[in-house]
Amino acid sequence: MRSLRVLLLSVVATSLMAGPALACGGLVAPNGSVNLVRTTTLAAYVDGVEHYVTSFEFAGAGGGKFGSIVPLPDIPTDVTKAGRWTLQRLVEEVQPPELFVSRNAAFAVAEDKAEVIIEKRVSALDIAVLKGGGDEVGTWAKENGFFLPPDAPELLDFYAERSPIFMAVRFNLERAQDKDLQSGDGIPVHVTIPTDSPWVPLRILGLGRGADEIVEADVFLLNETEPMLMPGMDEAGSGEGLVHERSEPASEALLTDLAGDRGMGWLPTDDMWLDYIRIETGAANLDHDLAISVDGEVPSPVDAGYALAGTTIPQRDSTPIWGWFVGVAMLVVVLMGSNFLVSWKR
Amino acid sequence: MEAMTIALRLGLVMAALMLGGCALAAEAREAEVIVNVNHSRFDPASFEFETGTTVRFVIHNGDPIDHEFLLGDEADQERHENGTHAEHGAIPGEVSLPAGSTQSTTYTFTEPGKLIIGCHLPAHFAYGMRADVTVTP
Repeated sequence: MRSLRVLLLSVVATSLMAGPALACGGLVAPNGSVNLVRTTTLAAYVDGVEHYVTSFEFAGAGGGKFGSIVPLPDIPTDVTKAGRWTLQRLVEEVQPPELFVSRNAAFAVAEDKAEVIIEKRVSALDIAVLKGGGDEVGTWAKENGFFLPPDAPELLDFYAERSPIFMAVRFNLERAQDKDLQSGDGIPVHVTIPTDSPWVPLRILGLGRGADEIVEADVFLLNETEPMLMPGMDEAGSGEGLVHERSEPASEALLTDLAGDRGMGWLPTDDMWLDYIRIETGAANLDHDLAISVDGEVPSPVDAGYALAGTTIPQRDSTPIWGWFVGVAMLVVVLMGSNFLVSWKR
Repeated sequence: MEAMTIALRLGLVMAALMLGGCALAAEAREAEVIVNVNHSRFDPASFEFETGTTVRFVIHNGDPIDHEFLLGDEADQERHENGTHAEHGAIPGEVSLPAGSTQSTTYTFTEPGKLIIGCHLPAHFAYGMRADVTVTP
């Protein structure tokens, strides 16, 4: 799997009204209301390293209590400022530029008794990579002044069961003012994550949303080979849900543009496969993530969030051996019973 | 003889008072109920008590976020949903639940009917953080 190069591009689009915006998550205001903007995220998997690029949008001085939580599949080795046009170029590849609204929403952050693995300043962003269970991360967030909606405890536990790594992001208002950031300005972040199990967090997009509220997101994948994905998706042009809009070789023009951006030199400039998945579904339906396999194996249900790590996933076609014994025993009983009835009638 | 009659009458009165006291004590039932809060849900999510029961609710908030335990009828829940009280604890049946804490509140169910236990921090009640209480005659 490490020999395969995989690039996962997830451009998550949500819409924001009054607050800040985050890349791959939900935006939560102190009063519990949630406004989301289209969020742009890139997760790239090359030689066993996932490159996760996302952008956080400044919401102005009033957005100080907004934060973002991004579940990560493993412990990152670095967090840096990302390139200047990578996310925009990806969206442009699949959408007419005039229809694209590039915004990134910031999520509610988490951390408390959790272990802070990495602390980093990226422009006006304060970033902490946390390791801990759902309660620990939630407690950290609360103690650090972040607001968490009522579904946060369950969501944090959901992700911590698979990977107790979270990235908490918040704007530093003083530095934002020093840099003359205006509301709506975005800061892209590149997270480098060596991992054997790349996945794209989707369920967190519903954080703080009502069950019927629609989650909109665009997820892009780039692999050296056509990947296998879980869950299965609707075909292009179908209705709501996860719609597989594109699955095709990535153009050299796209790859060259991306690789030319700051910090994107690791990206191959040819022989990559592009997938574009459009998400438009009720938050209650988005109870899973997106698992990707590039080694010919069926993607892991655990990585897709359908099962906890360590549990056995029953195969639909496999009948347990005891089932055969029970079946045979029932058949014998029926035959014996019918013989009894025949002899009794006689 | 008259003194004996008076003593007898006093004894009867005292016996009657004692019996009445016992009867009152029998009607004043008391109970302690443990309630857990996890993933912004009350567990158990429904309760049933007899009228006249005084219940001490011991509530453990296992979540990393704050919650509330507010017992009352529909009108009370509506009032709390639109209210601005940041802290609860002075009124029986109402208590704030800081993250990870265990709190208690005592409430006497004086008449049959349906009540609700709810949390009215922003978005919590709409999320489903409520429990139903049935008070039987």
